[in-house]
Amino acid sequence: MTEHILKIDNLVKKFGELKATDNLSLTLKPGEIHAVIGPNGAGKSTLIKQICGELAPDSGRIEFLNRDITHLGVAARANLGLGRTFQISSLIMEYSALRNVMLAVQALQGSSYHFFKSIAKDQLLRDIAMQYIVQVGLENRANVCAAQLSHGERRQLEMAVVLALKPKAFLLDEPMAGMGPEGSAKLTQFLDTLRHQAPILLVEHDMDAVFSLADRISVLVYGKIIMTGSVEQVRNDPLVREAYLGEE
Amino acid sequence: MTLTLIFEQLLNGVQFGMMLFLMSAGLTLVFGVMGLINLAHGVLYMVGAFACAIVAGITGSFWLGLLASLIAAAMAGALVEVGVIRRLYKRDHLDQVLATYALILIFSEGTRWLFGSFPLYLDVPEFLSQPVKLFGLLDYSSYRLFIIVVGVAVAVGLYVLIAKTRLGMRIRAGESDREMIAALGVDIRTLYTLVFALGAALAGLAGALLGAVQSVEVGMGDSVLILAFVVIVIGGIGSIKGAFIGALLVGVVDTMGRFLLPYILGLILSPEAATNIGGALSSVAIYILMAVILIVKPKGLVNGAGS
Amino acid sequence: MGREAEMHSLNKEQILNIVILVLLVVLPCLALAIDEPFYITLLTKVVILALAGVGLNLALGLGGLISFGHAAFFGIGGYVAGILASHVLNDELLFSIFGMDVSGSTNMLFIWFIAILISGLFAALIGYFSLRTKGVYFIMLTLAFAQMIYYFAISWPTYGGEDGLSIYVRNGFLGLNTLDPIVFFAICSSLLLACLYLVHIVQNSHFGAALQASRQNEQRLAAVGIKPFGIQLTAFIISAMITALAGALFADLNRFVSPDMLSWHTSGEIMIFVILGGVGRLFGPVVGAALFILFEYYLGGVTEHWALFLGVVLLAVVLFARGGIVGLLAGELKHD
Repeated sequence: MTEHILKIDNLVKKFGELKATDNLSLTLKPGEIHAVIGPNGAGKSTLIKQICGELAPDSGRIEFLNRDITHLGVAARANLGLGRTFQISSLIMEYSALRNVMLAVQALQGSSYHFFKSIAKDQLLRDIAMQYIVQVGLENRANVCAAQLSHGERRQLEMAVVLALKPKAFLLDEPMAGMGPEGSAKLTQFLDTLRHQAPILLVEHDMDAVFSLADRISVLVYGKIIMTGSVEQVRNDPLVREAYLGEE
Repeated sequence: MTLTLIFEQLLNGVQFGMMLFLMSAGLTLVFGVMGLINLAHGVLYMVGAFACAIVAGITGSFWLGLLASLIAAAMAGALVEVGVIRRLYKRDHLDQVLATYALILIFSEGTRWLFGSFPLYLDVPEFLSQPVKLFGLLDYSSYRLFIIVVGVAVAVGLYVLIAKTRLGMRIRAGESDREMIAALGVDIRTLYTLVFALGAALAGLAGALLGAVQSVEVGMGDSVLILAFVVIVIGGIGSIKGAFIGALLVGVVDTMGRFLLPYILGLILSPEAATNIGGALSSVAIYILMAVILIVKPKGLVNGAGS
Repeated sequence: MGREAEMHSLNKEQILNIVILVLLVVLPCLALAIDEPFYITLLTKVVILALAGVGLNLALGLGGLISFGHAAFFGIGGYVAGILASHVLNDELLFSIFGMDVSGSTNMLFIWFIAILISGLFAALIGYFSLRTKGVYFIMLTLAFAQMIYYFAISWPTYGGEDGLSIYVRNGFLGLNTLDPIVFFAICSSLLLACLYLVHIVQNSHFGAALQASRQNEQRLAAVGIKPFGIQLTAFIISAMITALAGALFADLNRFVSPDMLSWHTSGEIMIFVILGGVGRLFGPVVGAALFILFEYYLGGVTEHWALFLGVVLLAVVLFARGGIVGLLAGELKHD
């Protein structure tokens, strides 16, 4: 039985003398939202890069769905079902919102080496992609090119793209970044329902969202996880207060 | 095949390397500081050679010619920077490649228009035309030795400039973070023009020095340009140290390759095959070297700034 | 939504493309009418160079791969044509393998097939290594590989070395009189149209979507599960094959294969066709090649320094008219 969707064991990453990831272990269980919080410079982005495959760890092991993915590339991990969003929206700027999602659907279908299958005539591809556009509320902006979307709309599009991948686990990198209170509230509600589709590893700064969503919270400081626990446990832990919450 | 011969060829390789260093230093600086690929660098080499030939021809002094080459190339560089290159810093590599390629066309054809297709005369100065006895064994061209000396002197000078002066500090800062130094109030525009002109002057110097032993004509910079790119890619783009190492490597490998490969092959193959295959192999030796280095160390030997 | 787009009238670019197609048919007919075969040969040159540009445009315009070594494939195509033909003329075998004799050929279809095959193999090799690098390193590696082939061709005396290889015959195509300029023009322009159609299909296909995405944001492409390397390598290989085909035709046109076909200046020229016409635009290389030939022959008749003016125009296009001529006439490229 799969106990953990994602299992990270003793991950180490050094840049020169700096230990950006210091013997880090972490798990993601089915149906949960596991938040990772930490002050700036804690090593959150280095961690994300190692989980999704952009950066190779110096040592350690990452297991996804009982498979060792430590040496797999980004695309391979995405194909296995690891769906990642970016802190700074990473989209195909010349393409419309719809086409961005269509790319993800196409990737899932595995039809990227079809030289003669026309995109324009692939109504099925469009319809499937449109579902996700509607799901995130971008249906009025579906044909606007990504370069012309507002910041908030791009964040919505990021979400639509990752949904289209039908991932087995979500890796969300500061999805609330740059969102106003209304946007954050909506997104929080959305993520709450998303956990039933697949577990979420949520890296976030927005403490309101974290405390209302997370089943478990891991606190990352100087590349180390100083504690993992429930919302209450983390809130009341003196070490955490000192290292992180106390600084606010 | 004597030891003396090998040593002589080695020295030739070093001399070639020094000349390549003069070309590459400017190229790598410009890429490291401004992030710009400059195909027009070979043209500045040509400008230096032409200036030297013309001034030396008029005044009869090679040394005045050398001075002229530095000034002319620097000025040409500054002009080109202000007129064209400035607009390319924010553009992508394709635009830079094409625009500077266009400059090659303009300058080359323009020079041909002004001076015709026939090579100009440039002679080695009287002072350096006699061979020098090295270690009591080898008669070596004192002019070639002079080139080696100049190369080393420039390397030292650049080191002092980059490591010990304020200008050098700004250059180093510019290499790490362009936006930052602008925010700190450094006059970027002038800095960039200076860096470009410096690179141009070095290229012009190389052109003048080499012009005395090869012909001064339109298109002389083309083959050198490619070699210079090979050097900075091997050495690591943006690194002067890398350019020095890369230049020496390329110079020696190329010279020794052309000399040794046909000989070595001649020991196993027929003389005809040896000349053919040896010749072909030695021409591509440095490209193979570059390809191998890039495959093993994708950012060059001294970790370059890359793109 | 797709259906609505089909119902719109032709956009500016499509109109431009049709005009160019019409010119490609009308102009040679005019030349035939006034009995000036020279112009037909000139148009053939435009068509062949355009084809070389169409190949590069696939990798460069659609894929964003700045290959400064495409002359390698142009030259390989040329040398395949030259070598195969020369072996027939000299009545020599190419080689014997497993007891089978392999001779040369003067059959265009066979030559094209071999040219495409060989260039594809080289492109797979060159692309496999070059695509591991990025930015200027990629540009330099493609250049380096092309230089290797260039110097090799110069030093290898069997096929002419520095002097090049003459082909004393025009290769045959289905028994037609290929020496007749209009026949050869028809063959070349048919190939150009076929390749344009192929690129058009590919551009709008699933593969094309992935390719154009890889040009804009490799990180995003990988994040959705498409490995950029495979897409780029495939595009690179197809692009090389098209350019090699042009090289084979070029050799046939001139009945001469010059090692200059492999030089980096040729790589630069092919890039010029693409840029002048408009990077990533379907008919861009056709416009660019036409402009280039216009400069070479017409301005060249006025001054031998025509290259200077070409340089100025190229500079102006890069600095001020980024989308090339097609961009100027038909506006920016729109994805649906």
